[in-house]
Amino acid sequence: MPEPVTPVTAGGLAGRAPSGTTPGGPAASRGQLRMAAGRFVRHKLAMTGLLVFVLLVLVSLIGPVFWKYNYIAITNQFGTGPSVQHPFGTDTIGHDMLAQVLEGTQTSLEVALLVAATSTAIGTLIGALAGYYGGLADQILMRFTDLVLIVPVLAILLVLSNRFAKEADSSLYVGLMLAVLFWTYLARLVRGTFMGLREREFIEAEHAIGASTGRIILRHMIPNAAGSIVVNATLTVANAMLTEAALSYLGLGVQPPQVDLGALIAAGEGDATSLPWLFYFPAAFLVLAILAVNFIGDGLRDAFNPTQREH
Amino acid sequence: MTGFLIRRVLAGIVTLLVASFLLFLLVAVSGDPLATLMANPNVSHATIAAARQELGLNQPLLVRYWTWLTHVLTGNFGTSTTGQPVGAELGGRLLVTLQMVVPAVILSAIFAVLVGVVSAVHQYSVLDHALTAVAYLFYSTPVFVVAIMLKDFLAVDVNNAVGHTILYTIGQNTPGTTGTGAIMLDAAEHTVLPVLTLTLITCAGWSRYQRAQLLDVLNADYIRLARAKGLSPRRVLFVHALRNALIPVVTVIAIDFAVLLGGAVVTETAFGWEGMGQFLLNGLEGPVSPDTNVVQAWMLVVAAIVIAFNIIADILYSLLDPRIRLA
Repeated sequence: MPEPVTPVTAGGLAGRAPSGTTPGGPAASRGQLRMAAGRFVRHKLAMTGLLVFVLLVLVSLIGPVFWKYNYIAITNQFGTGPSVQHPFGTDTIGHDMLAQVLEGTQTSLEVALLVAATSTAIGTLIGALAGYYGGLADQILMRFTDLVLIVPVLAILLVLSNRFAKEADSSLYVGLMLAVLFWTYLARLVRGTFMGLREREFIEAEHAIGASTGRIILRHMIPNAAGSIVVNATLTVANAMLTEAALSYLGLGVQPPQVDLGALIAAGEGDATSLPWLFYFPAAFLVLAILAVNFIGDGLRDAFNPTQREH
Repeated sequence: MTGFLIRRVLAGIVTLLVASFLLFLLVAVSGDPLATLMANPNVSHATIAAARQELGLNQPLLVRYWTWLTHVLTGNFGTSTTGQPVGAELGGRLLVTLQMVVPAVILSAIFAVLVGVVSAVHQYSVLDHALTAVAYLFYSTPVFVVAIMLKDFLAVDVNNAVGHTILYTIGQNTPGTTGTGAIMLDAAEHTVLPVLTLTLITCAGWSRYQRAQLLDVLNADYIRLARAKGLSPRRVLFVHALRNALIPVVTVIAIDFAVLLGGAVVTETAFGWEGMGQFLLNGLEGPVSPDTNVVQAWMLVVAAIVIAFNIIADILYSLLDPRIRLA
């Protein structure tokens, strides 16, 4: 009996499924990577996204060094609108909103990048082991993967946050919690790629000349899955930013004294009608960052898969 | 088909049992329900020991799990720390969340298919680009940002324009409303904005998926054949192409429906609805945290719903796609 094929959706509130790349083609050589890079550079939206993302990273890292207000400093301006002194206005406590938004952007980006890096490592490892060894190992690892997806990610995060987000340095814990839950989609993707590769002649040839398992996986199989891994890692950044922001909005994400964009939006929500700048500056930065990452992801998918564009 | 169904349901039950144990562990490690009590210097050791005894927390984990599981199997989810039976409360809360999620899923499905078809048929037209841009925007916007914009900007303007409140921004109904018609109208007025929020976000993802699926099908050889033998474009699109392109979309909708039920907590919070998600949050944020019976029951019920809808998605897939034979 063939297992019914159900399209896989990634976690997330509304089943935001990143359309993954399909594996295939001979080992990605230097020439292929260069061709993919060339296609990416010609992808206007993706390059715009990359530019915006790099700008956001730089501004949020360097901005706080030069900006005259610290994000926790309290000024004598309470709830004033945007002005030359405070370009993003101030909140009711007297915080300079520009400093807060810069700091919040930095935290949100740090968490998202941490999630993407860690979950990509976990997903690649588990997918590689399941796909390479097959059989019982595959069965166990994939059943475990299914189990992780049984309750919506946000709910598990809420329960975990109840304990771990209260630790000092909460952004690190929030990032690790997300990473522990975000690897499943990539694991399935890598597993599929590896199962296909395992049967290919050039892998058989490697076995025949006595190459070690580690060498085959690292030197021959992972480079072939590189396209899907990179695209997925990018989309994970966007997904992580959405989920992390939701967690902070619910009060169970990054805790004071740290701030992130979700927490800033939640703090500004009550005054959104009378002091709208408390809402729309952090919201605009958050949406801009996620949009930029999604465009980069799209460009990468097209670059690695020129024949399989999402039309 | 029957054999497949039985095996699938049995596998689902096994999965649910394993999941129930893991979720029990998760809740157990997530915090000590007596932490607040222990932090209070005015509470004696004897009181804490008594509370521990009463909650059964001094028993080994496995014993606690077994006690809980056997109670759940008889339909008893225990009581919350406020003394309310958890099962009844959860049922009521589920209805509240459904009031928001069901209309949102129906609307999202209709609009996603419409938008996807229009975009695919007029690929690369101005309209397609515009719809793509809107979809990207909502795909990249957190659900609570949309909610805040709708309630703090749109609703205020609309209500001012009309002269009285027709778009409510807090709660799922006005308590004390009487008369069937009035109750229905009141509920509808409370439901518009949350449903709009969920629909905008959900539709963004689904419409892209529908568009990609339809484009794949439209490029297939059998569509070229259908066109070549002179069928009308309308017939090719609706009878030959769309029916096949709908199959994967329908299954994604089935799976996402369950995810939306569990994930509606953000929308519920934004609009102050006392639904499922709020129940979980209350169980975590209350003075007793976690309120074990509440959180465990919530997790188990949502896991069961997710598993059930995955089975439904498989069945739908096999019913719609004759190439897949379930023996």
